[in-house]
Amino acid sequence: MDQKKKMAILHLLHEDAHRSIDTLSVMVGEPKEQVTEAIADLEKSGVIVRYGAVVNWDKADSSRVTAVIDVKVTPQRELGFDAIAERIYRFKEVVSVALMSGSYDLQVIVEGRKIQEVAQFVSEKLSTIENVTSTTTQFRLKTYKFDGVIFDDHEGDQRLVVAP
Amino acid sequence: MNKLYERLSPTVSQLPPSGIRRFFDLASEMEDIISLGVGEPDFVTPWRVREACVYALERGYTTYTSNRGLPELRTAIANYLQRFSLEYDPSQELMVTVGGSEAIDIALRTLLCPGDEVLIPEPAYVSYYPCATLAGGVPVAVTTLAKDDFKLTPKNLREKITAKSKVLVLCYPNNPTGAVMRQEELSQIAEIVLEHDLFVISDEIYAELTYGTHHASIAALKGMKERTVLVSGMSKAFAMTGWRIGYAAAPLEILQEMLKIHQYTIMCAPIMGQMAAVEALKNGEQDKERMIEDYDQRRRLIVQGLRSIGLSCHEPQGAFYAFPDITSTGLSSQDFAQGLLRHAKVAVVPGDAFGQSGQGYVRCSYATSVEQIEHAIERIGKYVASLQ
Repeated sequence: MDQKKKMAILHLLHEDAHRSIDTLSVMVGEPKEQVTEAIADLEKSGVIVRYGAVVNWDKADSSRVTAVIDVKVTPQRELGFDAIAERIYRFKEVVSVALMSGSYDLQVIVEGRKIQEVAQFVSEKLSTIENVTSTTTQFRLKTYKFDGVIFDDHEGDQRLVVAP
Repeated sequence: MNKLYERLSPTVSQLPPSGIRRFFDLASEMEDIISLGVGEPDFVTPWRVREACVYALERGYTTYTSNRGLPELRTAIANYLQRFSLEYDPSQELMVTVGGSEAIDIALRTLLCPGDEVLIPEPAYVSYYPCATLAGGVPVAVTTLAKDDFKLTPKNLREKITAKSKVLVLCYPNNPTGAVMRQEELSQIAEIVLEHDLFVISDEIYAELTYGTHHASIAALKGMKERTVLVSGMSKAFAMTGWRIGYAAAPLEILQEMLKIHQYTIMCAPIMGQMAAVEALKNGEQDKERMIEDYDQRRRLIVQGLRSIGLSCHEPQGAFYAFPDITSTGLSSQDFAQGLLRHAKVAVVPGDAFGQSGQGYVRCSYATSVEQIEHAIERIGKYVASLQ
């Protein structure tokens, strides 16, 4: 299967991971066997990492706080940023870690049940890691859009039911 | 009092009301409808385009523009048309209209003398007939058939040409059939057009929406530009239906005549819409590509779905419509569509709303979400099964 079709499958699954092989096969115009094989390849090679749902946690009545933490570090010889990133992402409280260009090095997203819990994690765990030189913590107040999906999209379908 | 109204124009009073209108009234009264009846994209105009309009308003752009439209927009349109091998001078051969509909109307009014015949491949978009009639012309249907993938064939066209034939209206990619005409097929039609010295109005509003093939314009063929009015607009490719920004491209001799009607009746298209259109043409390529890929996937889904429930459906290669054959159910298009709406709550448009050649078909728009298409197919399947 060509790369363009594989990308189309990825986009369709990213949009809705529930889509069946039958539907995907029709939509991209490839036989079911080849679609199954392509998805298996994408899973095996780590392109597809996991199938999940986009959840608006604000609506789920779950008490959770999210902090976005800008972390400055001193990179290590031969290891660069990777070793420090690994030390950080191994904590279960950490939901994402990314190396950034700009005024800080790592963007770390941490989730906890209460502000105190996150504060404690930052002061006791994150900032004490060797080579972490500073942290700036920002708490997320509300999520409007995530992963391309607008939460509470009010636009809806404004079209007439029948039109020429 | 009644006598007063008897004096209204018979040309208008004898025009049949749109076949879609009655159906729209029926569908509007019902709830929980899945609509496959909409002839416009389900994408909202990309934000960057909407934002360009907001910015234009903030800066106070609320005035008339030149009758022809903003020079910047005409230049952007001329550049855009080059992708179809079309060369138009933005200062003399292009005008911005209030939707493609205005361009069709004024082109017909410019080209027709009373009694001239207008050849219209059928099934056809709903405005060509009434606009031709209102312009004093006589519409003549040229039937296209499913076995020819609803393409206009030289044979069918020749059969309808008379000494009075003057204008051929082409609409490819086609609403409602989704048919496209390839360059070699258009060349055969162009030969007949030249032989009989006809004019062409080529409505290419769906030009961007072709699947697995590139759009070919008849105006790009040798000897055709001088006798063709190309009509298009922002509605379909850039999801800008409500903005009413269309355009016409034609040789100066035709365009300057069309411009007179536009000057006296419209003045100009709204400036804020024109400014948004400039943004769409300059920077909207990426948004458009994504939309086209989405349509193509849904096209496959709906065609396969309709076939899987036992309806024969030719492969549409353009626009965003499937046009399945419903004769196997034993119902007329109107009865099928009304029954489907009442019993299965799915709105489609009866094929005969697009002329008698559409009898036995319904138009299903796939400009709706994948989930809606899947649900609609399920409902249509149950309805069709209940008719056996």
